[in-house]
Amino acid sequence: MLPALIPIIPFISAFLLMLGWKRLSRIAVAVLGCGSIGLAAMVAVITAIQFAGNSEQAIVQHAASWVLAGTFQAGIDFRLDALSVVFVLVITVVGFLIHVYAAGYMHDDPDYARFFACMNLFVGAMLTLVMADNLLLLYFGWEGVGLCSYLLIGFWYKDPANGYAARKAFIVTRVGDTAMAIGLFMLFQYTGTLNIPDILGKSPQLWTTGAPVVTTIALLLLGGAVGKSAQLPLQTWLPDAMAGPTPVSALIHAATMVTAGVYLVARMHVLFELAPLAETTTAVIGAITLVLAGFSALVQTDIKRVLAYSTISQIGYMFLALGCGAWSAAIFHFVTHAFFKALLFMAAGAVIVALHHEQRMTKMGGLRKLLPGVYGVFLVGCASLAAIPFVTAGFYSKDQIIWLSLSATHGHVALWLAALLGALLTGMYTFRMFFLVFYGEAKTAVHHRPGKSMMIPLYILAVLSTIAGFIELPHTMGHVTLFSNWLHPVLPAVTVINDSNAMEWTSQAMSALLAIGGIGLAYAWVVLRPKGMSDFLEMPAIDWLRKYWARGWDFDYVYNILLVHPYIHLSRMNRKDLVDKLYTGLAALMEWCHNVLARTQSGLLRWYIMAVVLGAVAVLSVLIWRIYI
Amino acid sequence: MHPTTAGMLLAGVLFVLGLISILVRRDIIFMLLSVEVMLNAAALAFVVASAHWGTADGQVMFIFILAMAAAEVSVGLALILQLYHQLKTLDSDEAAKMNG
Repeated sequence: MLPALIPIIPFISAFLLMLGWKRLSRIAVAVLGCGSIGLAAMVAVITAIQFAGNSEQAIVQHAASWVLAGTFQAGIDFRLDALSVVFVLVITVVGFLIHVYAAGYMHDDPDYARFFACMNLFVGAMLTLVMADNLLLLYFGWEGVGLCSYLLIGFWYKDPANGYAARKAFIVTRVGDTAMAIGLFMLFQYTGTLNIPDILGKSPQLWTTGAPVVTTIALLLLGGAVGKSAQLPLQTWLPDAMAGPTPVSALIHAATMVTAGVYLVARMHVLFELAPLAETTTAVIGAITLVLAGFSALVQTDIKRVLAYSTISQIGYMFLALGCGAWSAAIFHFVTHAFFKALLFMAAGAVIVALHHEQRMTKMGGLRKLLPGVYGVFLVGCASLAAIPFVTAGFYSKDQIIWLSLSATHGHVALWLAALLGALLTGMYTFRMFFLVFYGEAKTAVHHRPGKSMMIPLYILAVLSTIAGFIELPHTMGHVTLFSNWLHPVLPAVTVINDSNAMEWTSQAMSALLAIGGIGLAYAWVVLRPKGMSDFLEMPAIDWLRKYWARGWDFDYVYNILLVHPYIHLSRMNRKDLVDKLYTGLAALMEWCHNVLARTQSGLLRWYIMAVVLGAVAVLSVLIWRIYI
Repeated sequence: MHPTTAGMLLAGVLFVLGLISILVRRDIIFMLLSVEVMLNAAALAFVVASAHWGTADGQVMFIFILAMAAAEVSVGLALILQLYHQLKTLDSDEAAKMNG
């Protein structure tokens, strides 16, 4: 009975919170909202321990029947295997910490209950997504996540800009969802089932490697993943999604939503292995995204937008790993990223609240002395994101991806170089943000220090961001493979072709040096400010480039011209709605008939009698005619 | 002429006469009387039919119709009184306020 409880508990709690909208006290809302996720986390841990005893065998639980149509069957079936256990644990544990933090962060908000109802629904939908045994249920969770992201990004709906950001997130991801839905239709057409293990079992017999059908399906599924995970070319919604409250950003970026795409590709890895083209596409999309988003993160002025672009970039690393066939490396980076990105978002939220909702980094500075606790955890998070060697979790996960992007069968030197460039950029943008916020002169007064319920989750995440890396060490340093062994029953090990310790050392040394070099550059740029560097930055070409990157490489502009404006133009032309004419026409006809018939109702009794007589004569005539003639 | 045919013809003629008078008369009391004529025509048809088949069913129906006619007259007269009180006339065309 246990596995089904994990997604059901948050759903029940969300339902209760919706019912008790105005009636529940703040404490009751916080206890219900956080407690449900905490309970789900406890159930998840217990189930995981049970599962770990026999991790070769997936636990499948049939909770209810859902769709039965001919040969097609899709039940509400939950499946726990090594892959979904990892996701479930991260979602519930990190989700719980974010909820506890949010209880403090949102304390003064009038819509406290609505906030927690949506957050619980979000976690429940994401858990359904990762625990679904068939793709239809997965799609249900997938759309549920999309709905909740819309509700939460537009949480402060009184500002039209937030509503716009929410609609943008919903519509842009919908583009990917449509591709995914078509992919599911094709899968059903060819395999006759949407059950995930059946599909994975059947597809190697159905298709040869590189068959056009399987390539199309894999590319369509990749389209869905790209939309949800904010990869090129559908990444534009994520920076705007910062309109939501900070805990929402933490939840979207760390535990839920954006990692759904990574999960989908890892889950359907058999299809991708059969379609080398789709795999290469995944790797190339990941590589390009991580570099472009890195450049954009470098020049943002809003602290949350830096983190948003860094998420796009880090998910790019995960896609790169997926595309190289390094499945477990991608999932490993997902785990460490969940820890340090949740940490960074919530620490940034603490800074933002302390400075009275100031998000511009140009107005921050000198907070090292004023907010020492936040300074400490933010440093840990930044170090992990920038992948400082040996002591951070981010180093072990990212380094593995960088090395495998060169050495795996699907790896390539170009992908490796992009990943290294990304490492340099990550170090730079992360510590530019860090130095801007915590060093230099204080520009805004601190008016409110974060309370305990906000700080304790941060400390826990800081510890996790450090030690989570030690479960998987490269074989040049200790060779611990706990994590990839765990995932081995579900995800095949990566095949490394040009394996040599010397090359691995070189790759590791280069990525480490580049990360530290990036930090050094950031220090020079923000803190030391040597004359030559400031002059260089003020050159018109550099300035133009800076603005261009800050606008996110003008993707929004291009999409506006190509898609949004023509669409708005079309809808203006069709303001009177052609299709609607049919229905208004029908209504007009009915009204005309009514007017004609209303005239017969004259109120003159004798006319009525006449009508009755004529009617009776007509009926009798018909009867007599039918009987006698 | 066969007695049944004659009786049925008489009933038909009476019914049509009642119908014509209800259509041409505007005085509401005459309309009520015409309804009585039509009712009696129908009752006559029942009696003739029961005589033709040699059963008592038609006689029973006649009693029913008589009772119903009595009830109808009492309701009808009450309505006529009300109409007269309201409109000070017995012209049915004057009571044409309820139109579409």
